[in-house]
Amino acid sequence: MTATLVPLVVLLPLLGAAVALILGRRRRAQMAVGVAVLAAVTVIAAVLLVQVDATGPAVVYIGAWDAPWGITLVVDRLAAIMLVISAIMLLVVLVYSVGQGIADQHRETPVSIFHPTYLILAAGVFNAFIAGDLFNLYVGFEILLGASYVLLTLGGTGERIRSGVTYIITSLVSSLFFLSAIALIYGATGTANIAQLSVRLAELPQDVQLILHLLLLIAFGIKAAVFPLSFWLPDSYPTAPAPVTAVFAGLLTKVGVYAIIRTETVLFPENDLSTLLIVIGGLTMLIGILGALTQADIKRLLSFTLVSHIGYMIFGIGLSSVIGLTATIYYVVHHITVQTALFLTTGLIERFGGATSINRLAGLLKASPLLAILFFIPAMNLGGIPPFSGFLGKVGLFVAGAQGAGAATGADAAGTPSWLIWVVIAAGAATSLITLYALTRFWNMAFWRRRDELEGYESVLLGSVLEAPEGATVTATRTTPVLMVVATATLVVVTVCLTVFAGPLFEYAGRAAEGLSDPSIYVSIVFPGGTR
Amino acid sequence: MTASLTLVLLMAVLFGAGIAVMLERSLTRVLIGFLLVGNAVNILMYLMSGAPGLAPILGEGVDEGEISDPLPQAFVLTAIVINLGITAFMLALIYRSWWLAQLGAKGDLVDDEAELAEDAEEAADLIRSSAADDEAIQSIIDASDEEFDEVVAGIDEEELEREASARDHDDEVVTGHDGSRYGAGAPTRPPEDDDEGSRR
Repeated sequence: MTATLVPLVVLLPLLGAAVALILGRRRRAQMAVGVAVLAAVTVIAAVLLVQVDATGPAVVYIGAWDAPWGITLVVDRLAAIMLVISAIMLLVVLVYSVGQGIADQHRETPVSIFHPTYLILAAGVFNAFIAGDLFNLYVGFEILLGASYVLLTLGGTGERIRSGVTYIITSLVSSLFFLSAIALIYGATGTANIAQLSVRLAELPQDVQLILHLLLLIAFGIKAAVFPLSFWLPDSYPTAPAPVTAVFAGLLTKVGVYAIIRTETVLFPENDLSTLLIVIGGLTMLIGILGALTQADIKRLLSFTLVSHIGYMIFGIGLSSVIGLTATIYYVVHHITVQTALFLTTGLIERFGGATSINRLAGLLKASPLLAILFFIPAMNLGGIPPFSGFLGKVGLFVAGAQGAGAATGADAAGTPSWLIWVVIAAGAATSLITLYALTRFWNMAFWRRRDELEGYESVLLGSVLEAPEGATVTATRTTPVLMVVATATLVVVTVCLTVFAGPLFEYAGRAAEGLSDPSIYVSIVFPGGTR
Repeated sequence: MTASLTLVLLMAVLFGAGIAVMLERSLTRVLIGFLLVGNAVNILMYLMSGAPGLAPILGEGVDEGEISDPLPQAFVLTAIVINLGITAFMLALIYRSWWLAQLGAKGDLVDDEAELAEDAEEAADLIRSSAADDEAIQSIIDASDEEFDEVVAGIDEEELEREASARDHDDEVVTGHDGSRYGAGAPTRPPEDDDEGSRR
């Protein structure tokens, strides 16, 4: 029963995309298809989560070809939680974009191709999460990347083409790395099945393993925007429409992180690069957040915090302990929802205030208290203020780090030196504070500053079209659609729920991490009778 | 594992050339570089299927050692299809960025209605010019009919001349139209500078 549901999470969005494309110009029907499909996938993912947690992982052999030959789809606890959270997020953002699309039939969001492309993106993301085959993972990546190229250059304005080119070329290079890695891995082991690779890669000489390992990490690192490979992200994300940026920021980088988790836990558990990962995690945090400090535009600022907070996850993976992975999984879930919520709120700010730069915004708190709340909660959450999930996730990571450091001072001298872990923990704490500073700065300028402190601002915010200086400020007078606010509010509520239900969620993450602690668990899922 | 040296060399050349071209600033060359490197990776993958020259079919009386591995070939086919899709998208992107570079900031402002109006105008022009065509042909036919009755030697030359002049006339109409459409606002540039938009 459970297993039959697994292929549906990819099939439904693909079929939905086809239907949406046929419906073409009937926009309401298209929206209905999109929302219905993603709602169905959310339900399926939730059912899978419950079933997998209760009865163990679900495995599907496509076309009934047994494991090493056929395509295998695997849903273990990690994949299930990723499916659920990304399905919820994709659904909320779709509702948001429907609200935006109904409100303004602007040339920059041509809805007729938006919905099919969006569904294909969803199919690619889901496929990447459930792939039990390295090549299928590659196909999942290509599906989501192809859709993301279209979404990023939607409308084809000069600015989007320019930033889209950076993104596309970078992604192409990363895909070439990934494909070369697959070719070499296949040449070395004669299989692309992840479970079988887990066994066979361990038999290779260490130096060969290292090369293959690094190739994969480079490919996934570009996608996850890990520090030396993250330069492309702040340049390409902010120009897209608000819902698109929200999805990209929330999901696409996490698909890369997910792939890195799989690489570290299943493919190369013996080949130890954890010191490298911890160092890179620390650098990603610091350098990303220092970039955020200098930004005046909230979209760019958030893009830099996105890069910076990927560092936390890489740090957690680098610790390569069960508790480290537990905290990482919790942090991934937290970060997907919070980052998306912030980008959606930014879209609302842009609509309401007519700008995204702190130099052109003021008095938003008085003008719209609801908007202020919607921004404040996820902002504090991302900054790691105590009751929120950002705080819990970071504390979890620091505790895991402290344990790792404690273990390193003991008999096991081969691992990462403990002072290094302490340094990175300190960097993480500093990053958290700087994030708070950057977001509070925006809060102070855009929300708390009185409107008359900003010269000539009156007309931008509430003035009529006639009073507004020509062109630039027409957006300010548009009403904010209810659907957009509702969608954003829903996501903010979800972020709060991550705090309320932190206990069960952490326990679940713990069980998921337990399943990743030993690669033989994954192997026994795919090969119940043992490998040949 | 045995592999064909020719393929290995070809792969190396494609990788080298592809990466070199990819480092250029022009978007078109980046695309060509991507195609070369993509094919190099495909060859790399194909090399993994074992000794060349064997069919990937396991039939009756065929030893398992005498076939080549079909899986890399399936991978390569998939990769080729994906590359095709991406190439198509890139070409559209390059065209768009060329278009924007030609029009500058104005490119962003040309909206669909204006394009539709332009298309309608173009269609009208076409109909007008084809009407002129019809007239010219009719006159030729008429003339040739008269001349045919008279059966005078040398009509062929006259006819050809008239035909030629009619054709010239047509050409003028077409180029004039094209010129008015593209020549007006846009400074023409040499083709090397086509994807200026991507450089900024």
